[in-house]
Amino acid sequence: MSLPFLLEIGTEEIPDWMIPDALENLRLLFEKLAIPHESIAMDATPRRLVLRADGLPVRQADSEERVMGPAKSAPAQAVAGFARKQGVAPEALTIETTPKGEYYSFTRKVAGRQIKDILAETLPGLILQIYFPKTMYWTVKGGPRFIRPIRWIAALLGEEIVPFEIAGVHAGALTSGHRRLGAREIAITTADYEQRLRDHYVILSAEQRREKIRKELAGVAVKADPALLETLVYITEYPTAISGSFDSQFLALPEEVLVTVMRHHQKYFSVEDGHGGLAPRFVAVMNIPSDPEGFVQRGNERVLRARFNDARFFWETDQKKTLAGRIPDLAHVTFQAKLGSYLEKTERMRALANDLGGDDHAVRAAELSKCDLTTELVKEFTELQGVVGGLYARVQGEPEPVWQAIYDQYKPESMEDRIPRNRTGQIVSLADKLDTLRGCFRVGMIPSGSRDPFALRRAAQGVVKILVEGKIELPLLDFLEGNRALIDFFADRVKFYFKDHRGFAYDEVNACMAAGWSNLVGLEERLVRVQNLRTTPDFEPLAASFKRIRNILDQAKFNGGTAIDESLLEAGPEKELYEEYRRIAAQPLEGVISRLRPKVDLFFDKVLVNAPDARVRQNRLTLLQTLLAEFSTIADFSEIVTHS
Amino acid sequence: MPSFQEIIFKLKAYWAERGCVIQEPYDVEVGAGTMCPETFLRVLGPSPYRVAYVQPSRRPADGRYGDNPNRLFKHSQLQVILKPAPEDVIEQYLGSLEAIGIDLRQHDIKFEEDNWEAPTLGAWGVGWQVMLDGLEVTQFTYFQQCGGIDLDVVPAEITYGLERLTAFLQVKDSVYDIDWTKDFTYGYVRYRDELQYSVYNFEMADIPTLWKLFDLHEGEAGRLLALYDPKSADKKRFPLLPAYDHVLKCSNLFNTLDSRGAISVTERVGMIQRVRKIAVGVAQAWADQQSGAAAEVAR
Repeated sequence: MSLPFLLEIGTEEIPDWMIPDALENLRLLFEKLAIPHESIAMDATPRRLVLRADGLPVRQADSEERVMGPAKSAPAQAVAGFARKQGVAPEALTIETTPKGEYYSFTRKVAGRQIKDILAETLPGLILQIYFPKTMYWTVKGGPRFIRPIRWIAALLGEEIVPFEIAGVHAGALTSGHRRLGAREIAITTADYEQRLRDHYVILSAEQRREKIRKELAGVAVKADPALLETLVYITEYPTAISGSFDSQFLALPEEVLVTVMRHHQKYFSVEDGHGGLAPRFVAVMNIPSDPEGFVQRGNERVLRARFNDARFFWETDQKKTLAGRIPDLAHVTFQAKLGSYLEKTERMRALANDLGGDDHAVRAAELSKCDLTTELVKEFTELQGVVGGLYARVQGEPEPVWQAIYDQYKPESMEDRIPRNRTGQIVSLADKLDTLRGCFRVGMIPSGSRDPFALRRAAQGVVKILVEGKIELPLLDFLEGNRALIDFFADRVKFYFKDHRGFAYDEVNACMAAGWSNLVGLEERLVRVQNLRTTPDFEPLAASFKRIRNILDQAKFNGGTAIDESLLEAGPEKELYEEYRRIAAQPLEGVISRLRPKVDLFFDKVLVNAPDARVRQNRLTLLQTLLAEFSTIADFSEIVTHS
Repeated sequence: MPSFQEIIFKLKAYWAERGCVIQEPYDVEVGAGTMCPETFLRVLGPSPYRVAYVQPSRRPADGRYGDNPNRLFKHSQLQVILKPAPEDVIEQYLGSLEAIGIDLRQHDIKFEEDNWEAPTLGAWGVGWQVMLDGLEVTQFTYFQQCGGIDLDVVPAEITYGLERLTAFLQVKDSVYDIDWTKDFTYGYVRYRDELQYSVYNFEMADIPTLWKLFDLHEGEAGRLLALYDPKSADKKRFPLLPAYDHVLKCSNLFNTLDSRGAISVTERVGMIQRVRKIAVGVAQAWADQQSGAAAEVAR
């Protein structure tokens, strides 16, 4: 016989963004129990995490356990003692032949346990093990921790309740419906669970909620926003889309501001007008099936009107003082306790923009870049910092490169984001990030593990991305103040960028970086070259030879010799290698690799580097080192992992 | 349509029926209902408590001279503390909205993650902002720590924004237009304080005087805390509550100086630490003072 299993952890509202990961985590924890099952399904709403599995056995299969006893040659007393310990007569023992000889053994039958008992025993610990980024306790100090209080648990194996308890909540056969449209206690079976919930205004399946919203959005030109859709799917149990409108006079405000208000503050979809602009409409998703009286629509319209009024009020108030006029106010805005105010940061950024080769526009943009932090609009909509500064700069007649640079200064915000659209913006963004990185490392605020409160990894990643993708040939290392920790930190970011983001092989990245990585544009070019070289048949053997050369030089503790003494070169492979080197020196490796390789191979075949004559030996080492140095400007090939 | 004060009456009655002490506002200026001793100190220790009160809350930097329809220097919070949090606390909360005439079957209620943290109080909790048809009407928090101390039992804190809630119910676009009673609007009652405090906080507050006051209050709180002796047999007599009043004064003076633009970067960080030091000092002394005496005080 096989049984269906249902586990519903009923909670208070779980933050939407944590739900999918928590569900996956719950599934993995359950799979780890290794209870046989035919299928498993995971579902969640903000108030419940649900695991349903089919085809669980009633009992674990019986198993056999073999216990080895004394050797066949052991005294009868020892054999009897072993049998007694197993609870059987000595005659019940069998003799087993092993590589070490013959031994008594006993095969014990272990009855499989009831699955219900195993579940009852393991589920409390399993549930409390589900990972959440931030947990709370809700009973007493030291009590169980979860993302939000657990208020009910339904746990059924077939018809039977799996009995256990967490924080005073006993598992049962009851669920709970929609907070206001459903009953608080609903009797369920594994068969009717989903339908019972549906009857009480809970759509259990996220996919069905998503589809319902999608269907209701069809026909309205909403700005596609998959992330918002996911939020709404996991913040509702019975989602229904409704649309509303706002006064078109608000369309005079910048679209960035309108969209931010609608999306981030109100979780509305904005609607496009079909001509690249916004329509004075929005779509909200409510957690009830209908709005017959229009209460919800009017309520949301009113909230949006107030928000837009606020934004307009801030927009107009902010215009009374130019960005330039706000520079002194930055003295009152803390950048970071140990690093002073934004005024100080601005001064450092100006200097840095100049050092980075920025023109007057870049210096001007750096000077104005943080001024929007003192505006009402940014105080209200912090996520619009930079963007607002850019919009104000445009209105206040700053040249296009300047306002665009201010607008884009926080870009790229992720590996997928684009870098600032113009060179001025790239320089300003670099100046901002480098200043933050240098300052934080100087005062010891260095990210470790998952602790990175100042998002320094993202900042450094941004620097790398801008330098490479903006094709900015600056010596990055010259801007790191010789700070070892910061240099190592950047080395990791550079590796990550080329390896994980750009897909170069790790040994190619190591090899090219070993030949220097201060100029990231140059590094990228060399990586591409090595990647291409690698496809040629001569590459791997040559790389292996270079590795050999490196080892020989290391073993000889060779620190560089004088010039090669041609008179000491032996005729044959050594001389030929030297002459080949003379012919191809200073030429790109791509064109000469096929000529170089056989000479190197021959040299190693025929010539003994470790010659008895110290002068000859010294000269050969010099030859090898010269060769290595000549072709290591593109990469240190000894870092390449070869198969030969 | 219930007036502003009727909404307050109804909410108080609702929570009184659920066993809350109905307190009056605390008589020292605070930035939020959380800072009142009825919350900040009562959540410490194992003793149960239930209280509800309206607390006018001052936020000098939020003043807008009475010009902004949604933003106030001083707004009114209805603060409810249920310690320990009952198992059906959210149901009880939703019931309170129905008690003031909101039919939740016809309105959209959502609980959006919003955790609360007050570094100057060494306090934090997790919870939600409660959205009613897209409007944030309540902050709901399960306290976890206060004065740097893990709480023995977890209280629920429910904070209603009364002006917003009333504007919602009365369908008013400006807080100044809501009816305090059927004869007097909110603007009629409160406009002058909004205007005058904005002028004072932003333009006329004398900075050296405020600094001097801050130093005096801080000094008095610190002096008292230094005298508190956990080993004293008489420690129950020790005036920690008055010491806490001085902490509140410091907090408000800090906010006023801040809105006046008088606090430089280096000072700001130091100032937060100064307030935190005396706030946490009082909380810890209070936890110690009440620990032995909890049973007795409850009687």
